[in-house]
Amino acid sequence: MTEPIITLRHVTKRYDSHTILKNINLTLESGKFYTLLGPSGCGKTTILRAIAGFMQVSEGDVLFAGQRINEVPANKRNVNTVFQDYALFPHMTVAENVAFGLTLKKVAKPEIVERVAKALKLVQLADYGDRAISELSGGQRQRIAIARAIVMEPKVLLLDEPLSALDAKLRRQMQYELRDLQQRLGITFLFVTHDQEEALAMSDEIFVMNQGEVLQSGSPVDIYDEPINHFVADFIGESNILPAKMIADFQVAFGGHQFECADAGIPDNEPVEVVIRPEDLTLTTPEQAKLTVTIDTQLFRGDYYEIAATDTLGNDWLIHSVNPAEDGEAVGLTFRPQDLHVMRFGEKEAEFDARLETYEELEDENVD
Amino acid sequence: MRTLTKRRTWAYFIPYGLWLALFVIAPVALIIYQSFFDLGHHVTLSNYQTYFQSATYLKMTANSVWYAFLITLFTGLISYPTAYFIHQLKHRQFWLLLVILPTWINILLKAYAFIGIFSQAGLANQFLTFIGIGPQQILFTNASFIFVATYIQIPFMILPIYNALDDLNPAFINASRDLGASSWQTFRHVIFPLTLPGVKAGIQAVFIPSLSLFMLTRLIGGNKVITLGTAIEEHFLTTMNWGMGSTIGVVLIVAMIVVMLLTGDQKVKGGTPR
Repeated sequence: MTEPIITLRHVTKRYDSHTILKNINLTLESGKFYTLLGPSGCGKTTILRAIAGFMQVSEGDVLFAGQRINEVPANKRNVNTVFQDYALFPHMTVAENVAFGLTLKKVAKPEIVERVAKALKLVQLADYGDRAISELSGGQRQRIAIARAIVMEPKVLLLDEPLSALDAKLRRQMQYELRDLQQRLGITFLFVTHDQEEALAMSDEIFVMNQGEVLQSGSPVDIYDEPINHFVADFIGESNILPAKMIADFQVAFGGHQFECADAGIPDNEPVEVVIRPEDLTLTTPEQAKLTVTIDTQLFRGDYYEIAATDTLGNDWLIHSVNPAEDGEAVGLTFRPQDLHVMRFGEKEAEFDARLETYEELEDENVD
Repeated sequence: MRTLTKRRTWAYFIPYGLWLALFVIAPVALIIYQSFFDLGHHVTLSNYQTYFQSATYLKMTANSVWYAFLITLFTGLISYPTAYFIHQLKHRQFWLLLVILPTWINILLKAYAFIGIFSQAGLANQFLTFIGIGPQQILFTNASFIFVATYIQIPFMILPIYNALDDLNPAFINASRDLGASSWQTFRHVIFPLTLPGVKAGIQAVFIPSLSLFMLTRLIGGNKVITLGTAIEEHFLTTMNWGMGSTIGVVLIVAMIVVMLLTGDQKVKGGTPR
């Protein structure tokens, strides 16, 4: 394991009586793409500001390569930021903007010219040096903001919702470019967004936040497949979340039936919630079905049909299906045991991870 | 329907249009008209000839410009830091109100107040005596004229600068710090250039009225410096040479236009479209 580049230890931030960050602990390793994901006001930007040095934390330590940097001013930190509204200086040309930090550092003129040209080339705007900021489109401004930050060769690049002002198509394109850029430069990216699609697409690791707390951290696949609670399951992707009851290990009951599942380590008869992703549900004939539902409406989404249905107990179901269904038709639903994910109420990440470890070992033993 | 709305929109223009015609266009036209008449009511260019050939008038013009420049300079030197400081305060609206408050008092009243303060037995001299320097001639000096004029103009400079600071996106400051700039470098390279429009607006609001100040030159400056404003007053009220007074007025108007052009919005740097 490499030396962590950024560590937050027990970081708390209060404004008057509001607590914005509650005991945040996180570690960023060198050269990875991290994302802070959460709804607006969850404190994700506050974490970014604490690392950038625009804000003092109330409690706890911010460490950079093992050194405490709480009191180090922003201009002395080896991190750079791409701002949400880009914050490109309107009284300077593109090249002057990109050269700004290097000029302050008193880097030699020829080197500045060379590095600015290289940075502009990296963001595919090599010929734009002489332009005024007002002449650039939103996407171009975005790239210049990135060029201005990476020309400083920071160890960590902080990105504060940089894609939120772009249209959907450009946003998708920039996701590829950002990921590509991060891998080429090999520096740590800390990306802040409220868009789960962006987070899933680009990150090595995601921190899901809500109300000043990190609820869950892990790879996009882990978080998508095994959300820790209702909030995470609902926030990341689309999901069917139903109240259920744990019968025994690997047995859960909901909708009046008992099903095999892949979760264990929960006391018998404990009330829980189950998550099934819409794409894990398969339409079938009522005879082969685990559940029977009636189709309410369906929307054609291009590559799949999004189907809304209701079961006999009145629970709503969302199904993604390649094949269309008939409105009002009673159809069967089937799913595999591993598509069911059980969530306990109020379980913390550490407990969740520990529980997962116990029965995953058990599974491994069974395989042997 | 469309013509109706159009007519309505025109109706809104009537008050402003009347004001513009009666109090802006008509007076300026009258001044220009008058400037072409000599004392014998003959149409002539002699007023302009006199103006540009007389050393007295040219010196007066130079004096006016020089003093207006000094007043604007001192006002600026005091106003920028003040506006910057007020902008950082918690109850900025309150402090700003205190800055604006003196502008609600008539300029003559303020001038008379300063006569009291600067007079031989006034507060200023009492203080000088107290610290052992002894009474000085303060009133009727050029320094006291510049001091009082600066005092009167400060609010008109602070306001536009304050507004420019208020409009400045704080992200620019963060971005500058983020890229390694110290507080001073951030101010020099980002804050000041981006609030320059406020400074220019302030210069317009201060320099132009300062060119034609006339009451203060007499009451505080003791008529040592004759500015163009004083000259106009003399021509209209004392010598009754309206033609000459109007000519100086035209010169002032031209000077104002020049200042407006100099401090107006220049084309953005690097803004060459391709």
